[in-house]
Amino acid sequence: MDLNTKFTPETWPAHPERATLEAKNKFVGFWLFLGGETILFATLFATYMALKNKGPSGFGFTTQELYTLPLVFVMTMLLLTSSLTSVYAMYHLKSFNFKKMQLWLGLTALLGLGFLMLEVYEFSHYVQEGFTFSNSAFSSAFYTLVGTHGFHVAIGLVWVTLLIFRNSKRGLNLYNATKYYTFSLYWHFIDVVWVFIFTVVYLMGVVG
Amino acid sequence: MSSVAQKSGFGATLWDWLTTVDHKKIGILYLLGGLFFFVLGGIEAMIIRLQLITPNNDLVSAGLFNDLITMHGTTMIFLAAMPILFGFMNAIMPLQIGARDVAFPFINSLGFWMFAFGGLFLNISWLFGEVPDAGWTSYASLSLHSPGHGVDFYAIGLQIAGGGTLMAGINFLVTIINMRAPGMTYMRMPLFTWTTFVASAMILFAFPPLTVGLFFLTFDRMFSGNFFDHTMGGNTIIWEHIFWIFGHPEVYILILPAFGIFSEVFSVFARKRLFGYTAMVFATVLIGFLGFMVWAHHMFTVGLGPTANAIFAVATMAIAVPTGVKIFNWLLTIWGGSIKVTTPMLYALGFIPSFVMGGVTGVMQGAAPLDYQLHDSYFIVAHFHYVIVGGVVLAIFAGLHYWWPKMFGTMLNEFLGKITFVFFFIGFHLTFLIQHWLGFWGMPRRVWTFMDGQGWNLANFISTIGALLMAIGFTVMVINIIMTTVKNERVGNDPWGDGRTLEWAIPSPPPFYNFPATPLIRGLDTLWVEKMEGSKEMITPAEPITDIHMPHGSIIPMLMSLGLFIAGFGAMFHQETSWGLGVLIFGLAFTFVTMATRSVKDDLGYYVTKEQILQDQENLKRGRN
Repeated sequence: MDLNTKFTPETWPAHPERATLEAKNKFVGFWLFLGGETILFATLFATYMALKNKGPSGFGFTTQELYTLPLVFVMTMLLLTSSLTSVYAMYHLKSFNFKKMQLWLGLTALLGLGFLMLEVYEFSHYVQEGFTFSNSAFSSAFYTLVGTHGFHVAIGLVWVTLLIFRNSKRGLNLYNATKYYTFSLYWHFIDVVWVFIFTVVYLMGVVG
Repeated sequence: MSSVAQKSGFGATLWDWLTTVDHKKIGILYLLGGLFFFVLGGIEAMIIRLQLITPNNDLVSAGLFNDLITMHGTTMIFLAAMPILFGFMNAIMPLQIGARDVAFPFINSLGFWMFAFGGLFLNISWLFGEVPDAGWTSYASLSLHSPGHGVDFYAIGLQIAGGGTLMAGINFLVTIINMRAPGMTYMRMPLFTWTTFVASAMILFAFPPLTVGLFFLTFDRMFSGNFFDHTMGGNTIIWEHIFWIFGHPEVYILILPAFGIFSEVFSVFARKRLFGYTAMVFATVLIGFLGFMVWAHHMFTVGLGPTANAIFAVATMAIAVPTGVKIFNWLLTIWGGSIKVTTPMLYALGFIPSFVMGGVTGVMQGAAPLDYQLHDSYFIVAHFHYVIVGGVVLAIFAGLHYWWPKMFGTMLNEFLGKITFVFFFIGFHLTFLIQHWLGFWGMPRRVWTFMDGQGWNLANFISTIGALLMAIGFTVMVINIIMTTVKNERVGNDPWGDGRTLEWAIPSPPPFYNFPATPLIRGLDTLWVEKMEGSKEMITPAEPITDIHMPHGSIIPMLMSLGLFIAGFGAMFHQETSWGLGVLIFGLAFTFVTMATRSVKDDLGYYVTKEQILQDQENLKRGRN
């Protein structure tokens, strides 16, 4: 692959993310990886549902008392919006508009960061109330499920930051287009997982 | 780096193997690593059998016995059988589909090094004197209460090795999906490639639950989690479910590639097209699918209730159908063939009755009411050794003899190979057949010793003698390997003379770029098609020879795995030492830095020029004549 090939919006391929064999491999491989991730989260969800509200005798915490929906709603909005901004970034990736793509990805990262900070606040709030990781089976399962998601968000933030700064001077080519594209796949996946967490953990916890 | 000119000297060779991303070299690394652990697991098995040779024996202590059975099972499944099969997949599968390498050479190397460091981590427990002792299944109620760091070694070692396996699985899948040569449609793929494909798909969906389960175990033991501790609201049955949702597909991940190896061997040495190729493919896919539906048959006695037990019993028995389809297809492949009884063929012929016996006892246990009688008895030990040794190990030995010339360019001695087979095969049946009766007579599995006067003495004695015969057989094989390597008589493209698939159309061992020009696949058993048409070159090229794009080697995969290895010790000791947490963070940070280095540093590979390839091909031809 030659990094020196200069593209224009006219010569830029319709699917830059899978224009070469290496890119196609990464594209398919990443989809498969997300398949494995789905099973990973499914296992975490199943465990959470089995251990929900379970603790030692005299255990005081229940999902109804613990969760505050307004905070979680704001987090959900931030993450869903960040998925939308990453879609705009991919639109500009396909139309070979590097500056706008970087801009939208930067916005995606900021929204993701906002989400993560609210999650850190949420966790520290629970810990202050005495709902620590080691406090019960329920807390272990809760922090592992939601924390694994948060860890994925953090990884995504590091990833996109590296991408933005590494490529800031050299623009788009067929080598980094796949990297940007797989990041956006990953980001959508995280978003979908959060929709399930919002439903299964928070909504069903408070309402169900 | 010029690719055709090789640097020499020990340091350069070592560096080359540490940094290699060539699928054939990584295949050899997997093979050697797997064989090393096979010897280790075999020694553990021998000590187990020697302890049980007479009643009230005290060759080893009860605690050490628990260490031995746990490490024997874990080592053989995760560190011997799978890596050796991965060795074959790596070395052979890309050749069979006409690819120059796997889809992700870098990740391929990473997968190997994670296996190597994970296996090392697990076995370093012997040096610490704190060895996993809760059985290879490590049921939570037992493993949580195991003192010392034994089970910690299990949880972290398998976590690292399992990550490598998952990567290898994705890699093989993408390779087969994207990198088949022109004309290599799915329904022209050799059976070994097909079984690699299905086994890899199973890895993709079976290993994430193991990852999660091991994290739970790690959290409960080292980070004060409460997943399995019932006094804290936890549930110990969750581990059993998660472990078997992984564990049952895992045994099919092992046996499917074994089926693939035998399918190749039968059709080559019966000199016939594989009977019922299409049915074989669909049976493979169906087994892969059903493999995920039966995990609770390991848990019939847990008390899930009659409905759950009935459903899982029926699903279990259903697997006998596609497996039976395969058995009959192999028999019909042999029938009417012009049979050559070579060493691989001997193993294949021995496999059919052995594996059928293991399969039938499996269906017996699938009947839930009967399983209540058989559960945790020696009948179970007999059953799974019949399928794993009678299926997977015989396939590994068959594959070793069959593909040794392709991987190393020299043939294993046929006479010694047959001696190995006779000792191993007789020893295997002697060891495990009698154990069915031991189970009927009430001997529980995983017991350190037994009392005199229960009628178990003779059967245990016979079993141990059988194990000794297996050890003799394996020793002959090691001698065979050493002798062959020392003699080093080079062989041509197709040393068996009847190769049907693409790997036999290129030199042994193949040049590092595999195919000078991508081949055109003209049918199932493409080399056979060319042979029947009397082609001179044995490969119809799909393109003219052009410059070939190759990936650079890299030390990063090794360093990345090393970081996880270091972090493992940190996690293990962080509760009792002040340095533990620091080491954990350092190890993880080290891995992340190497990952980031890999990410930001462009690796665009290099080109082998057309002239170099033509020169290399010329040298190969001259060397042959």
